[in-house]
Formats: sequence, C-alpha cells, structure tokens
Amino acid sequence: MAARDQHGPGAPFGAEQPGDKRNTDFRVVGKPRQKVDGLAKATGALQYADDIALPGMLHAKTLRSPHAHARIVRVDCARALALPGVHAVVTGAEMPIKFGVIPWTQDENALAVDRVRFIGDPVAAVAAVDEDTANAACRLIEVEYELLHAFSDPREALTRAEPAIHADNKHGNVSKHVHLSFGDVDAEIARADVVVEDEYEFHGTTHAPIEPHCAVATYAADGLLTVWSSTQITHYVHRALARVLELPPQRIRVIQPALGGAFGGKSDPFSLEFCVAKLAMKTRRPVKMLYTREEVFYCHRGRHPMQLAYKTGATKDGRVLGVDARILIDGGSYSSFGLVTTYYAGQLLTGPYAFPSYRFDSTRVFTNKPPCGPKRGHGSVQPRFAFEVQLDQVAEKLALDPIEIRRRNFVGEHVTTVNGQRITSNGFLQCLDEVERASGWKARRGQLGYGRGLGVAGSMYISGTNYPVYPNEMPQAGVQLKVDRSGLVTVFTGGNDIGQGSNSVAAYLVAEELGLEVSDVRVVAADTDLCPVDLGAYSSRVTFMVGNATIDAARKLRRQVVKAVAEAWKCAERRVRLIEGRCIDLEDPQRSLPMREAFHIAEARFDTLGATGSYNTPKLGGDYRGGTIGASPAYSFTAHVAEVTVDVETGRITCDKVWVAHDCGRALNPMLVAGQMEGSVYMGLAEALLENHEVNRFGLHSGPNLLDYRIPTSVDTPELAALIVESLDPEGPYGAKEAGEGPLHPILPALSNAVYDAVGIRLKKLPFTPGKVLAALRAARAGGTERATDAASAHSAAARAAKGAH
Amino acid sequence: MRPLRLTVNGDTLETAAPAHWTLLEVLRYRLGLTGSKQGCDKGDCGACTVLVDGRPQLACLTLAALAEGHAITTIEGLMPLHVAAGGDGPDPVQGAFDRCGALQCGFCQPGMMLSARALLNRNPCPTRGEIREALSGNLCRCTGYTQIFEAVELAVAESLGVAPAPRAWEEQRMKPAEAQEQARRAAAALAAARERNDGGPGARS
Repeated sequence: MAARDQHGPGAPFGAEQPGDKRNTDFRVVGKPRQKVDGLAKATGALQYADDIALPGMLHAKTLRSPHAHARIVRVDCARALALPGVHAVVTGAEMPIKFGVIPWTQDENALAVDRVRFIGDPVAAVAAVDEDTANAACRLIEVEYELLHAFSDPREALTRAEPAIHADNKHGNVSKHVHLSFGDVDAEIARADVVVEDEYEFHGTTHAPIEPHCAVATYAADGLLTVWSSTQITHYVHRALARVLELPPQRIRVIQPALGGAFGGKSDPFSLEFCVAKLAMKTRRPVKMLYTREEVFYCHRGRHPMQLAYKTGATKDGRVLGVDARILIDGGSYSSFGLVTTYYAGQLLTGPYAFPSYRFDSTRVFTNKPPCGPKRGHGSVQPRFAFEVQLDQVAEKLALDPIEIRRRNFVGEHVTTVNGQRITSNGFLQCLDEVERASGWKARRGQLGYGRGLGVAGSMYISGTNYPVYPNEMPQAGVQLKVDRSGLVTVFTGGNDIGQGSNSVAAYLVAEELGLEVSDVRVVAADTDLCPVDLGAYSSRVTFMVGNATIDAARKLRRQVVKAVAEAWKCAERRVRLIEGRCIDLEDPQRSLPMREAFHIAEARFDTLGATGSYNTPKLGGDYRGGTIGASPAYSFTAHVAEVTVDVETGRITCDKVWVAHDCGRALNPMLVAGQMEGSVYMGLAEALLENHEVNRFGLHSGPNLLDYRIPTSVDTPELAALIVESLDPEGPYGAKEAGEGPLHPILPALSNAVYDAVGIRLKKLPFTPGKVLAALRAARAGGTERATDAASAHSAAARAAKGAH
Repeated sequence: MRPLRLTVNGDTLETAAPAHWTLLEVLRYRLGLTGSKQGCDKGDCGACTVLVDGRPQLACLTLAALAEGHAITTIEGLMPLHVAAGGDGPDPVQGAFDRCGALQCGFCQPGMMLSARALLNRNPCPTRGEIREALSGNLCRCTGYTQIFEAVELAVAESLGVAPAPRAWEEQRMKPAEAQEQARRAAAALAAARERNDGGPGARS
C-alpha cells in the first residue's frame, strides 16, 4: 500500500493520532545502533561473492576488445579449446539476445556479437581449471577485426551519424534527446535585472568500489540455474538472465552475497553474470568469474561527462526568474540507464529553489568509450554543479551574500515545482542555517585572507522514483515476516544491502513496531527464491520504500498479536502494547508476557504467524511525456560550506573542512546517516579535486588502476562535520527520507565557490587541477590592470560590501 | 606446485600452491581464510593487509613462499587471539569499528583493522594525525574515513578508561559546553597517557 494510505495525511509516525507524544517516543529508531551484520564484517566472517568456493568450481576469464570501434569478422576458439585444462569457451553468437535495464533501449550483448564499441568490450569467455589457464586460453582465441572510425568527441557524435555505433538506433549516434520547457523562459529572462550566461564542464568519474565485480553460477542436474552476483539489483539481473539465456525465470535463482561497495556501479546486469551462467550450463560445473581492477574500470557505468551551458535571469533582489539550460552528455558506448540520465540532467534541478520558468535541452550521445551509467547522484550532480556556481555568479553581480540568495529563492514545503514535481517536507532553510552557524560563515567568509576561502552550495535529491524501469502496477517494494516459536522474527526482503545498512534498517523497523530487541530480528535479503521482489538499491529508494513496506508488514503482524492477546486477557485491544520484548497491559502493570508467549497465543489463535507488506508510490509527476521521471514521493535537501586553501605557487587546492547539513526526514539511525553524509562528501570532493576517468583520443583508459585513478586516502580527506536536519516527511517510514546520494551534490560547486572567495578565480571546468588553477590565476593577472591579489582584495571588498548591505 | 608451511593465526598449516602464488591467494583460495580481501591485486588499495610478525604487510605483493617462517595474523585471527589472551569477544578494535559505524560495505575493513591493530600495538595512544598516517595505505570508498578515525579513538579512549571526544555527528546534538568539556577530557587523558608512555616500550614508532 502507499505510505499515504498507511500513515494518513497528517504525518502520524507511530500508531497514535497526529501530535500524540507517543509518536516520537521511539525505543529503537533514532539512536546510534550497530548494524545487524557489523560484527560479521568486523571479524571477516561475512561472505562476499569471491569468498564463495564450490566443489569442482571452474574459473572464467574474459577476452576483451583492443579496439575502440570495429566489426568482428571472425572469431576462432579452436586453439583455446584445445588447451589442456580448458573446459568451455563462449562467444557472443551463443547469446545473441540483447539486454538493458531500460526496456526501450536494450542495446547490450553479454559478449559482442558482430561489433565491439570500446576498448574493453567483452568478446569471449573461457572456463578452465584455474585463472592462469583461462587467461592463457584467452590469448589463443583468434579474433579478426575490421576497424571502424572511433568517436571520442561527443560533439562529433552529435553531428556525424556514420558509422553508427548502434546500427539499429533511429537517431544516428544520438542516444536520447529531451527538450522540456516550463513557463515563458525567454520573456522572464528578458525582464530580468541581471542575466548570467556561462559554460561549465564535468569530466567523468567512476565508482571504484573496493570489491571488484564477481559472479558464481551453478547449473543443477534438475535444470536450476543459481547465480551469486555482486549486484545491487538482484531483480533486474534475474530478468536479464531469463531473457538472454532463454530460460523460464522460475528456473533461475539470483542471490546477492555481501557486497563490497557499489555506488551505482553494480546496477546494470554485467557480462560476467551471463558468462558464468552460460559456462556453468555448458560444463555442468560451478563457474566463477572475478573481474580484475582494470576490468572494473572498463565496465565503468560511471558519471557522465557533460558540457553544460546555463543562462539564469534574476531580479535585482536576487530572485531567479528563469533558467535556460543546454546539456551535451557523453554516454559512452551503450545506453545503460542513459534515458533516465538524460531526463534527470534537467528534471532534478527545480528545487530547492523556485524557478518561475525553466527550459532544458539535454542530449546524450554515444561515443566509443566505456559506457556511462548511474553513479551516486545519478544525472544531477553535473547540472547541480553548473547551476550552483552560476547562482554565486548572480549573487556576485548583485553584491548579495551567497547564502542569502539561496534563502530568497527557497521553493518552500508542500509545493509543486515548475515541472510538476510534488515536494513534501523540505528542511533546506534549516540546512542553510546549520552550515552558516557551524562554519562561522558570517564572521569568516571573505575575511580569511588571500588564499583561503569559504563557499556554499545547496541541492535536492529523490528518495526513489515512482517510475519503475519496466512498467507494471505491482508494488515497488515487498516484505514478508515470519515468526518463529523461539520469539525470533525473520524479515524477507528483496532489498539489496550494499553497505548502506538497509538490512539493519529493516530490522530496526520491525523491532520498533513489535517491541522487540534488534537482536531478535533476522534479515534474509536479496535472494530471488526466498524474498519478495524489491526493485533494488538505486535512486535512493531503499530506506523509503522497503522501510514503508516493512512497517506495513509489521503492523499487520502486530494487529494479530494484539488481537489474540486481548482475547486471551479478555480486555480491549488498546490496552495491549508490545514493548521492550514484552506484551503488557497498559492498565494493569502486573499483567505482562514475554513476546515469545504472546507469539504462541497468536499462533494458536490465528495459525502459522506471518505477514506481508508492500509499498507503492502514489501517482506523481507532471502530466507530460517524461513527467514521471524524477518524480519522487519525497525529496531530500542538502547544504554544504567548504573551506579551502589555495596555494598560488603550485595551484594546489586543499580542502580543509566541509560542513554538510542534510535533511534526511528522520534519522532512523543517526550514526548511519552521518556515515552516508560523510562518505558522500568525500566521494564528491574527490571528483572535484583528484579523480578523472579519462579516456584518451584512441579510446584507451588513461590509468585503469587505483594508483592513477586517485581516490582519496585518509590523509587526503578533510575534516567532515555532519549536521543532521530532520524535517519529518509525512510519507516516509517514521518520516525518513534518503541520505545516501543527496549529500554528495553540493561539494563540487561549494569548492568552486570557495576558491573564488579565496583567490578570485571562477573554476567552471572540472576537475580543478593545479594546472587549471595556475592558468586561471595567470589569466586573472593578465586580464586587467589589477594583479590577481588586487582582484582578490577587490573581491573581498565586494563581499564585505555585500555583508553590509543586509 | 610448491609445498608451503605457513604459520597463520598461531597454527602451522601445510598446503601447496603454484610457486608464483601470493600470500593472499594462498590464504584465500588454499586455506579458506577469505577475510583478507582482494581489491586491486597490485598493492594500491590495502584491502589484503595482514600482519607479518606484527607488522602490516600487503598479502597481494608477498609471495607465499616468502611468508614461510613468519607469524601471519589475518582478520580471522584477531578475536581468537584476543580471547586466548584473556579478553572477551572481539578485539577492541573490531568492537569499536562496529560501534562507530566504520563498517559500511566492510570490504576494506579487515585490512584497515589490522593496520589499526598494528598501530595500537606500537603506539597505544596515537593522535588523530598519527591515525591518519597509519591508515593511509588502506583505501576506503564508503566512509570518508571519519568514522574509522573515531573508531580507533574509541578503542584508545576505552583502553584509557575515559569517554572519547564527541564524534563529528554528535557535536551538533550536544550542548556546546558539554561537547567541549568531553573533548577536553579526552584530549587531556590522551596527553597524559602519551607522557607516561614517553620513552616506554609503547612509544616506539
């Protein structure tokens, strides 16, 4: 059921009437708690995909394309098959059916069939007694290629249709084009007192989870295929395997073991899942494939490079009148979630600020590079960077304080945005207040001296979307509860715990609703044979949707237990309360039962105890094509202030501290929420200062390893101050919203804005390398009679003037 | 195939593996000790860190044959060693990581906790800066490291019998004076302990 049906319109978080104090009197929720699998992780006991070893297991490796774009003329596996120890080879011809997460853009093959589209595209896979033999066999596979023109520059792909990277694509090398307009943007900008028009660039980054992708398959004698995979979306892997392998889905079981990080990078079905399955079917032996770190970089699905042109018009008191955006997106070689990316690039910008008018034109093109996809903050981190820098440019022109201009444009609570998105709770103003207070903004911005500065930015993100990637009317999240006579309650959920702690959240919610200790709840998750469907860990949907489904199930179970005990006690049901492991009579403190005995009474009364729960979104979104993409049952809001030091001799930017305030609705476990906030800032900060998923003009990755791709170490990471804001959303589980992706967004523009405060240069192209900083400083010196330092003091003077103005 | 005799977590174990196999491969795929993780297989990420004679070492860059004759401790060994030494339950480092939220996906953490354990063995009262340095060879992609630092500091504070400084996310939820006082006490206890240890066996670096 939808959360609104469950909770009613007035945000009652407990079972009581709205406003009742008991609604906030939580026993489990809201406290820092250990995770249900914390000690298993701490002791090395938890099993990840590559920890699985099965008797007689073979090891598989993939042969990949050395060319960025080529036609496959011939593949000859004879020599590989003849190598002792090799058990099977599989090529694209054996799995010709295409797949893809989005049903309308299925353009990937498990292995290349007739064409390779990037360096690293998988061509063949070998199963052998060990990895060394499989690698040796890969080298014996002969592939004849006919080279084709390779597209590297997205601008070329935009205008040149031949050779088409996907021959059956209707629009040449354009993957998706979206043009949406709300209100009269041209008229609004024409009447603006100030207009800023500029261009921005995002370079491309990847997830780099520490666990490489891994999958294991068995094909049993009775024809049951079991695949363990390091996926964050079990359900889509299940669907894709059935489609490509042409097996009935009920003959396939997909299990996600413990997952060593994902961040969106394990959302797509990947070649290795199909390959281990096919090889297990061919050999009738268990098969494992573990990607090397280099292969993880090739399979990518990271954040799209974007070229962004923005124009913003505002009144002289800083109110935005219109925003006009043009975005060119470099999608790499396949569609992945690209249809959604192209919409998100425009659709998710319409908060936390009110836009009276808005237009975006967003085009994703194919190039011969590793495919891009969803990375934490999917589609909206790049536009957010562009707009938040531009908003500071507007503030500068108007001599307004950057926090003040953000306050003045606040979209509000319980409003509909210009593009038809329904916003419910909105704690953005509190977020601004918190970062302003904690950073000492008023006293310190513009006052730290040349070379040091503060910058601010804000953002909004979805808590799941009402757009399931394949259209259906079924719930987006389902949960089952089973009660054991020992007093243990087991939660079965299709939700994927990818380290964010979703299994723990499910346990907390059941414990809260049923008055149990968290240790009396166990969670079985992400196993398609055992668990009801959940759409998986993406779009920051799990806490919100699985959480609501869990509460739904737990309340049904609670009602059964309460009814049975009330009958046994011959009292009114309202007197029976489940709390702290006991079932008590509120009016007779002498009468109580351990929960185990209450469960026995209920089982005797009602038969085997259990309950199901579900969640589906209400109808949301604008009434136009694409209006539901980006429509979320609740939005989270974030504000950051970053403090930087710029070394003008070396051009190096050091981020000293970040204050991150995030409105997560309610912190079901503030320690886990803070962990998400800190991890988000760290990841976004690295995208601005260190990381670059660079592919050279030949289509070759510039450094597919964790030394050249510089993810921050403990000494590179600044001090992070997590400031939790709780707006209590009317439809979230106990008021919760997302915390895993939203808090990433503002750090990139906040850093740019802080650098401007520090040295007076406006960095608009990511990443902010020392070379770019030095060039901008030189340009600033050459640009006028002022030296950069003079420009900086003039800038500080403007900031002081701005402070005095209000 | 080369026969191997390895001392792992106090046991002497015999196995055989190709001569070029690393210690990580032998631990994971011959001895079934899969707690040591492989993130890059080339010494960049630190997920495979084990203790060799008490010092953190990258198992993916160590030939298994070269580990013969040395005492190897893996993540699986920490709790049993702690219990055997008279402790109760997990090693204090493991418990602190669990209670501070330092275990998100958990994949890098076996290596991280062993680096932390080695740090505390040679320097029982490290500063935040020393913790940062000691863990800089272990990449974590989830946490932003803050809760990891806090976990190590919790383990240190508990060994000194004081409350740790408020965690970053807790400060906002406390009265400023209280937070400052708690931080001051923790810092004072740490400073006093460092002074006591100065020149002592625990202060070797």
